[in-house]
Amino acid sequence: MNTSVKIAGVEFKNPVTTASGTFGSGMEYSQFVDLSRLGAVTTKGVALTPWQGNPTIRVTEVYGGMLNAIGLQNPGIDVFCERDIPFLKKYDTKIIVNVCGKTVEEYVGVVEKLSEQPVDMLEINVSCPNVKEGAIAFGQDAKALENITKEIKKAAKQPVIMKLSPNVTKIADMARAAEAAGADAISLINTITGMKIDINRKTFVLANKTGGMSGPAIKPVAVRMVYECAQAVKIPIIGMGGISCAEDAIEFILAGATMVAVGAANFTNPFATVEVIDGIEDYMKRQNVTDINELIGAVR
Amino acid sequence: MQICEEAKLIETNELSDGIFEMYIKTRVASYAKPGQFVMVYPKDSATLLPRPISICEVSDGELRLVYRVQGKGTKEFSLYKEGETVKILGPLGNGFPVEEGKGKRSILIGGGIGVPPILELAKALKGEDVTILAGYRNRDMFLDEDFKKQAPLEVATEDGSVGVKGNVMDVIRKKNLKCDVIFACGPMPMLRAIKKYAEENGVTAYISLEERMACGVGACLGCVCKTTHKDSHSHVNNARVCTEGPVFEASEVEI
Repeated sequence: MNTSVKIAGVEFKNPVTTASGTFGSGMEYSQFVDLSRLGAVTTKGVALTPWQGNPTIRVTEVYGGMLNAIGLQNPGIDVFCERDIPFLKKYDTKIIVNVCGKTVEEYVGVVEKLSEQPVDMLEINVSCPNVKEGAIAFGQDAKALENITKEIKKAAKQPVIMKLSPNVTKIADMARAAEAAGADAISLINTITGMKIDINRKTFVLANKTGGMSGPAIKPVAVRMVYECAQAVKIPIIGMGGISCAEDAIEFILAGATMVAVGAANFTNPFATVEVIDGIEDYMKRQNVTDINELIGAVR
Repeated sequence: MQICEEAKLIETNELSDGIFEMYIKTRVASYAKPGQFVMVYPKDSATLLPRPISICEVSDGELRLVYRVQGKGTKEFSLYKEGETVKILGPLGNGFPVEEGKGKRSILIGGGIGVPPILELAKALKGEDVTILAGYRNRDMFLDEDFKKQAPLEVATEDGSVGVKGNVMDVIRKKNLKCDVIFACGPMPMLRAIKKYAEENGVTAYISLEERMACGVGACLGCVCKTTHKDSHSHVNNARVCTEGPVFEASEVEI
């Protein structure tokens, strides 16, 4: 049975990675999960300099999901290269580094610093709904997305994944823009902008007022968007949004995702990633599927 | 050593109005220290996130958790029956620095649902010069009998039905309590008052903070608090309450 998949020449032992921001750089979860079991670890977003993030309250639960407005707190690329990459290199897994910035120059700066690092792919976060400058501004306008993708491709030594926002009118247009500008892959969906109000205090629960919604409740939206993008572009897709079990992951693969990412489910169950991997193999046995690649986009 | 496993519910009781306890059998008990906490995972999948609950007491292979029914998750916990399994993750956080209370005069302060972790700390400091100070809403108290077995207990109630009317700071003033060290867990206004008192009186205070959490293990960066020093994770003076905390020296945090 073959569970390995390939994106832009990089081979992953299985199609399961982590959704950026839900798994740190793997360190915190490595006591529960053998990171070498994962197809890849996708890290928390890293910027050129340390970012403070938003004030608290940063997270809250909603029905079947959660809202977060962390605001991309991170130690900056220098600490990341000294600490996080050497840690991940101890494991037999691929490394996808999520990159964030406030300007095109900042994104390019991070990408350049990563060019000599032993990482396998770059995921460009142009879709975080929780920071005011940069990020989402590049992910909600097709022209801006095309421009930043081109600039990053010029600087990048590793294959580039553009992470798309669901907070757009037509996500397929964004997928096409990324593909036209030379992106090697796209990942989707980032979180859906939401809001929760505390009716007793009569105020917003999150200090940032709005937050990104994730969790099982958003899965049908994410599956639909992966399907739409799969119909629109030829580059591979990493699908995510509410995946908490193998059955969820297989929906995304059938809709057209080459890989899938487990996100908020890590909070509900620290073993979620390996359980998804085991469950995909069980499904393939039950369905007599010998190669996972047969399943990718099999539903049209 | 952190463990995520199905614990077995040995006993559960309602201690006072809306305050419940559960004794659970778990390997986590072998590693737990005063002031640490566990994540308890609701079974209802619409309730996505685990609930952080402080460790009230550690005994042979068992943890005693005391919590207030606050929302859907804790409501579910309160309905569990003896013999049921409860998925937990722990022990989490740094816990109280028990050594700092040895050979000194300490006041251990708990307010509201911050009262439970004070019990295991009082047990760890048994025989030392310790006063326990607990703040409740009214005469509907909990754990007060357990405290009396460990050290002298002073009580504040909001309505004055037991002890001093007012809050824990009113007790310190009225009874003229003196100490070298304070260990505290409770609502933010209480912790702010303790931080101020400690600064004005040259006392060291260790306070246990509460913040909304998602993962509990330091990955999501949801539960940070402002610190005067660079935090170990992001180097931006935002320490993770779940990992670097929940206990901080009061002078090190901006609350």
